[in-house]
Amino acid sequence: MVKTSGIDVKKVAKLGNLPLSADEERIYTDQLSKVLDYVELLDRADTKNVEPTYNPTESRNSLREDSVKPSLSQEDALSNSPKNTDGFIVTKGVFGEEQ
Amino acid sequence: MQYTPVIGLEIHVELNTKTKMFCSCSADYFGKEPNTHTCPVCLGLPGALPFANKEALEKCLMIGLALNCKISKDSYFERKNYFYPDLPKGYQISQYRKPLCIGGSLALHLGGGKLIRINRVHIEEDTGKLFHKKSKTLIDFNRSGVPLVEMVTEPDFKNVDEVVEFAKTFQQIVRDLGASNADMERGDLRLEANVSLREIQKDNLPDYRIELKNINSFRFMQHALEYEIERQRKLLEQGVPLYKETRGWSEEKKESYLQRSKEDAHDYRYFPEPDIPAISFNDSDIERIKAKTPELFSSKSKRLETEYGLTSETAKTLVKQGMAGYFEEAVKEGEGLDPKAIANAIVNKRQSTELSPGEFTGKLREVTGKQETSMGDLEIAVLSVIKHNEKAVGDYKNGKESVIQFLVGEIMRETKGKAVIDKVLKILLEKLND
Repeated sequence: MVKTSGIDVKKVAKLGNLPLSADEERIYTDQLSKVLDYVELLDRADTKNVEPTYNPTESRNSLREDSVKPSLSQEDALSNSPKNTDGFIVTKGVFGEEQ
Repeated sequence: MQYTPVIGLEIHVELNTKTKMFCSCSADYFGKEPNTHTCPVCLGLPGALPFANKEALEKCLMIGLALNCKISKDSYFERKNYFYPDLPKGYQISQYRKPLCIGGSLALHLGGGKLIRINRVHIEEDTGKLFHKKSKTLIDFNRSGVPLVEMVTEPDFKNVDEVVEFAKTFQQIVRDLGASNADMERGDLRLEANVSLREIQKDNLPDYRIELKNINSFRFMQHALEYEIERQRKLLEQGVPLYKETRGWSEEKKESYLQRSKEDAHDYRYFPEPDIPAISFNDSDIERIKAKTPELFSSKSKRLETEYGLTSETAKTLVKQGMAGYFEEAVKEGEGLDPKAIANAIVNKRQSTELSPGEFTGKLREVTGKQETSMGDLEIAVLSVIKHNEKAVGDYKNGKESVIQFLVGEIMRETKGKAVIDKVLKILLEKLND
């Protein structure tokens, strides 16, 4: 098994909310390590004089005025939800506060 | 071992823009039918593209400027990834490495004008609202995507009073700016505190901190902090090590409870939001925004103090009563009258402020006499008492000196007992013997 990138598939699966079997864990460890090795080729590029970027476009301040446009109807908004009641979307019980 | 609290504050405040942060849905969601303020963007439907609200960015910038922050010349949004049904996309669009505003400060009155350093002020989107039922959770996405500003201080607070003063001042600032209604009961303003205890002899920060959440009033914050400081002190004194964890506050039980421990600390995997181009404000943008920023409560009352020689208490009361504009108008109208006298007359409601500022100063002149140009609060009170007690004044002039006591009493009542007796006597005798 290639382990150069030392990927922790268990952790990645947990963060991605994906249940993995032991077999799958093995398979993905191998595959994802290869992907990382491949991406590591980028390290060979000389970036000494290159400005870091975080967005592929040079565009700046693409902004919108603060004026209201119509929203979806409640019926349309709920139409994709597997379950709803009294205008609310229903999901299985979750507790605790996020953010 | 002696300990001292180390507290940092994080405040989220919802902006009062007409539309949401990244779509044109109405942000006026409070009390509305569930899921009637949504669109593909704020429902996180595939292919929907966010489009940032200019007004929201400017309001965030105003808040940053009011807190003496530097405005980033280069700012961008990032995705904060987590799984929870309050955000349908699986991530929140927020800021991380390049917040809009960085490194400010705010002076307290406590601690001799102690400076609290501001780490950052950034903009993000609010989440949907969840209602937890027994075995299911109900979701309303009307709030999803409403502009939210997050302000984070450095851990500079040493006691609960400092935290409360800061939070209240912050609320006042965002209201003055017209950036948010900052109504805590409606959830416009949410407080979180990071609390730990430092050994008094040591300079370095503790190696743990407890994050307190679910605090929805200033009073609860005070209770929560006091409780938490005591809880930690007891544990540390017993030699129990403390770790990083998140705790909620239950006002009913008057205790904090564990929400999330170190083991499941989140890894949000922030990365730049590829769907929104970078944000940059240049100097002229910042000047333009500064120019349309309303005057703050604190700077307004400071200005009244220095410009008109008012006491800090009077200046603050004027601003608090919303009478600062009226006062300045009255000063203009009442040329020759002492601004201090005008301010006092307004604050103590000596004349009805239903009158126009011109009529108000006119009345004031009648009471104080036209020839008087410089008139302190006390003098006005003395003259008013003399005017309204003709009989007593007459008695005095006929040699009945004992009425002085009565007149002094009336003046003390007029000045709500704040005047110094010796001064009252001196001025009263002056006026009577005029």
